[in-house]
Amino acid sequence: MDIQFFIELFFGGLTRGSIYALIALGYTLVYGIIELINFAHGEVYMLGAFTALLVAGVLGIYGFPFGGILIVATLAAIVWCAAYGYTLEKVAYKPLRGAPRLSPLISAIGMSIFLQNYVLLAQTSDFVPFPNLLPEMPFLDSIEVLSPSNFLILLVSTLAMVALTVFIRHTRMGKAMRATAQNRKMALLLGINADKIISLTFIIGSSLAALGGVLIASHMQVINYNIGFLAGLKAFTAAVLGGIGSIPGAMVGGLVLGLAESFATGYFSGNYEDILAFGILILILIFRPDGILGKAKVQKV
Amino acid sequence: MNPVLEVSGLSQDFGGLRALSDLDLRVNAHEIVALIGPNGAGKTTFFNCVTGIYTPTEGKMCLHDAEGGKTLLNGKKPHHITALGMARTFQNIRLFGNMTVLENVMVGRHCRTHAGIWGALMRDKASRREEQDSIDRSYALLEDLHLQDLWNDLACNLSYGAQRRLEIARALATEPRMLLLDEPAAGMNPQETNELEALVRNIRDTWQISILLIEHDMSMVMSLSDRIYVMEYGSCIATGTPAEVRSNPRVIKAYLGESDA
Repeated sequence: MDIQFFIELFFGGLTRGSIYALIALGYTLVYGIIELINFAHGEVYMLGAFTALLVAGVLGIYGFPFGGILIVATLAAIVWCAAYGYTLEKVAYKPLRGAPRLSPLISAIGMSIFLQNYVLLAQTSDFVPFPNLLPEMPFLDSIEVLSPSNFLILLVSTLAMVALTVFIRHTRMGKAMRATAQNRKMALLLGINADKIISLTFIIGSSLAALGGVLIASHMQVINYNIGFLAGLKAFTAAVLGGIGSIPGAMVGGLVLGLAESFATGYFSGNYEDILAFGILILILIFRPDGILGKAKVQKV
Repeated sequence: MNPVLEVSGLSQDFGGLRALSDLDLRVNAHEIVALIGPNGAGKTTFFNCVTGIYTPTEGKMCLHDAEGGKTLLNGKKPHHITALGMARTFQNIRLFGNMTVLENVMVGRHCRTHAGIWGALMRDKASRREEQDSIDRSYALLEDLHLQDLWNDLACNLSYGAQRRLEIARALATEPRMLLLDEPAAGMNPQETNELEALVRNIRDTWQISILLIEHDMSMVMSLSDRIYVMEYGSCIATGTPAEVRSNPRVIKAYLGESDA
């Protein structure tokens, strides 16, 4: 076995997996709080990539340095998508709070189709080139297997996940989020404004998705209106694989799925990549519906 | 006497069922008041109305503050009512099982602290000081309730009695003026009940908090309460001091049934 090839696949899988993990966190956070699969989440990720593209285009005309453009474009994408996530919840889910669980799910699918078609109309169905904004990283030359975009994705997504973990574990708002996830009624009675916490959850989830969108766009260097669909489904698979509702679960699920896809592509054939991902989803749903790190729910009596 | 909680003409309908009917109730400052009655009399429904979980069909509920002002509770959301100074515990324990003992109490302090997402991101001086202050006060509460040795245990691993105490600690963390306890002695052995009784007295005396409790343990109710309200089928059938209530024929009838003789 060629060890060089193996390492390459390993890092490719990690890169892909961290993007899945970033998006999966959005699914899992929202599910944890309101038990809704937010199927429009993949679209937020796509919007993140497009926002960064537009901002980068404008800044490029004015001749900003590339590194600066990347940072500003990323921040713009995060803010813009956070606003989208916030609005999405207010428009599509909040009016359906208390409705049967199927209703917000249908609403989510509706929002997903709406957002896709809105971008389709505004940006056409063509694949649009995404500018290469990454600065040169000469220190990576000695490590042949790690390209600058791979390195950046690993670095930024790790930082984002550490920051999220610290936020959830140790801050006042993080504690309120955990409390709301465990028992919303009790949290309300302790003076926690649950609506605010739900909005915050959508804002955080969407920001992470936007970050993922920008990172993957600068890695693939091409985007179109449809990228959110498959990425969203894969990230959903990752979230279920790790145990939906569990934050470390989403991270582990994303990495496992990314690695599995990468190795399958390398050693078998790239044609079966999606089949593998959704095969894993089906197997998990059959044999371990609570996921790798999820806890089996005890029925309350 | 200064009232803290004042309820008048409270009714709650569920479809065709009248769960509460024209209820008047008043809790004064530094008073321990008990709400008793057979199962299904509407005691917990009353708690749910006052804490904003249910919206009552008719009636007025007011919470008075220390300065003599009063706020109408009707139509207010639960988290808002908590911020006004009302706290409660439940019949069945509702702790956040996957959080530590200290974290449970700190969640209770949520409405008395302010750090938002910016504070969390920036970790500036003010939000760090607030966090430390919140930890100190929460730990002090745990000491008061003899839970300090367990501060880092998960709430779900505590013994039953300790979980009950933690629920009270968490309710106290919201800095209430009015504390509602729903069957706090349920499932406790006699010794634990005695300790609870002392604790409730202590809460009233040291924290100057008024207490309204639902309880089935009659010996505890009789020795602890200043006044008692007795409910049956959603209405208040008697009120007064423990001695008055004990000798009230309607109360005896509601509890023991009518004698055939």
